[in-house]
Amino acid sequence: MSQFAINIIFVGGSFLLYILIAIWAKAGSTKDFYVAGGGVHPVTNGMAIGADWMSAASFISMAGLIAAGGYANSTFLMGWTGGYVLLAMLLAPYLRKFGKFTVPEFIGDRFYSKNARLVAVICLIVASVTYVIGQMAGAGVAFSRFLEVDATLGLIIAAVVVFMYAVMGGMKGITYTQVAQYCVLIIAYTIPAVFISLQLTGNALPPLGLFSTHTDSGLPILEKLNQVITDLGFNSYTADIDNKLNMVLFTLSLMIGTAGLPHVIIRFFTVPKVADARWSAGWALVFIALLYLTAPAVASMARLNLMTTIYPDGTDAAPILYEERPNWVKEWEVTGLIQFEDKNNDGRIQHYNASESFQSEAEARGWAGNELTVNRDILVLANPEIANLPGWVIGLIAAGGLAAALSTAAGLLLAISSAVSHDLIKGSINPNITEKGELLAARISMAVAIVVATWLGANPPGFAAQVVALAFGIAAASLFPALMMGIFSKRVNNVGAISGMLCGLAFTLVYIFVYKGWLFIPGTNNLPDTPENWVLGISPLSIGAVGAIVNFAVAFVVSNATEEPPVEIQELVESVRYPRGAGQAQDH
Amino acid sequence: MSGHSYDAENYWKANLRLIFGSLIVWALVSYGCAILLRPMLAGIPVGGTDLGFWFAQQGSILTFIALIFHYAWRMNKIDEKFGVHEE
Repeated sequence: MSQFAINIIFVGGSFLLYILIAIWAKAGSTKDFYVAGGGVHPVTNGMAIGADWMSAASFISMAGLIAAGGYANSTFLMGWTGGYVLLAMLLAPYLRKFGKFTVPEFIGDRFYSKNARLVAVICLIVASVTYVIGQMAGAGVAFSRFLEVDATLGLIIAAVVVFMYAVMGGMKGITYTQVAQYCVLIIAYTIPAVFISLQLTGNALPPLGLFSTHTDSGLPILEKLNQVITDLGFNSYTADIDNKLNMVLFTLSLMIGTAGLPHVIIRFFTVPKVADARWSAGWALVFIALLYLTAPAVASMARLNLMTTIYPDGTDAAPILYEERPNWVKEWEVTGLIQFEDKNNDGRIQHYNASESFQSEAEARGWAGNELTVNRDILVLANPEIANLPGWVIGLIAAGGLAAALSTAAGLLLAISSAVSHDLIKGSINPNITEKGELLAARISMAVAIVVATWLGANPPGFAAQVVALAFGIAAASLFPALMMGIFSKRVNNVGAISGMLCGLAFTLVYIFVYKGWLFIPGTNNLPDTPENWVLGISPLSIGAVGAIVNFAVAFVVSNATEEPPVEIQELVESVRYPRGAGQAQDH
Repeated sequence: MSGHSYDAENYWKANLRLIFGSLIVWALVSYGCAILLRPMLAGIPVGGTDLGFWFAQQGSILTFIALIFHYAWRMNKIDEKFGVHEE
């Protein structure tokens, strides 16, 4: 059977499964649509949160980022998991107790202001739309590589599948498809990792393999990797770094941003009790950790594999001939994600870090520059091929990558559509809308959101990679502080919360735009985006944490200078703090 | 459970104490051991590198899981003690 046929079977089979689940879990009420009826078991919800959270970025890009950055990029591992500690202790149980359907609804009620709710809706939509573009684009890449269809056609197929279960089933359909998608993506991620760990270290558990001995050389695998890459002029993989302030702030921004992302928060509204919201966060992190503990192993092992493929006889010997390159290199060359240019015309692939310090050694060996460019994003997708694993593993990776992208896309689309139908239409435009009318409005907003996301995915704005930073920055600087203060302070009032959100947001956006260009338009940046120009060495990607501090500070100062919130609001704050009487998530 | 009963206030204080303690550990493993204190842990070898690297790539995540389960378990006890648990 050809690889193409195997891929079709795996991807087609997984899609069929999602559609069957959608037909089984059709939403009959707004409560089904927004919070899956409110009766989801905490372990089930934990698994759904895992799929909801782990996007194309976690599945496809993260291991590549760690492979390229080594220790410095551990920030992604800690940042994208540490946020769950904040969610479990600072937000999820109380928002579950509040018992409404959306995140802006809490902000609007707690700060007794339609404007606050509107600011929250805008933050939610900007953060979620930017995030969803990346998912659709990721799905497009997976389609074009594995199913040999045009990326746009692939996207449309993906959109139709999401449409089927998200529009029909709402949160209910999404919950159970996310559980299935979690199973598909975790199997797809771990099986190749187990094979590679066995091949390189003889240890079947990748997280243990990462700190084990490399079978061929007898050295610890990380030491071997350091040796190979430093021989070729690259930075040591495990070495410490100098700019610790930026590393701390970047990790903190990712953590706060994670905790403030609405599509994750609304998943906690689907469990029956406050205690279940706490357990859910724990289970979610267990399921997420299965991938996040495997990713750093995949990163280092795949990088070592790549190097030994190019330098089969060691770094002191000549690299392989271009004519003898393995098949996977040829296949990825077609997509343009691997590029080779024979700069010194010797027919061999020289892959090294062409830095100044390595200049003399490169010249001595007759090298005229690095000849191989490998896109970081292919690392996980090409992993089974690099390690010569059987064809079905490659089919599995294709289905897994799509599961990761589609499950996150569906969660984001639900957050967007509920903000539109529940917060905008029912909350301000037409408060007297019937339940049937609101359900229809929710389905229409979802359909529109899918069309917009697909169009943006097919025509991604040139700044797709940077906007993800924007999503985290917005969530960290605007939504997280407002939610936390709404629960932990009775003194923060409507004026304080709105000024806090706006100042945090403005501060973050301005700092990002100064370096990345206003509205990301190339050439409009005021300062070059290099470490020497950053204030105190703080990168624009790390500024969300500072924006959050600005938000907290402004909100406290303004609130203390203005009137206390009314008594009934202080009672509302009291009531979200005590679990008793939560009941199920409901409208009023 | 509205109003300022004595127990309600103590319940909230118990929650805040637990959160505060948990967040100290949360910050210590990630910002501490994995980043700022890594040079101090450089002498402790772990599989070809040092303990700080292990915390950055595995230790923090494992600690986060333990923290959340510990918090959920302790809070359920505290809920019951103060009689604010759900039926």
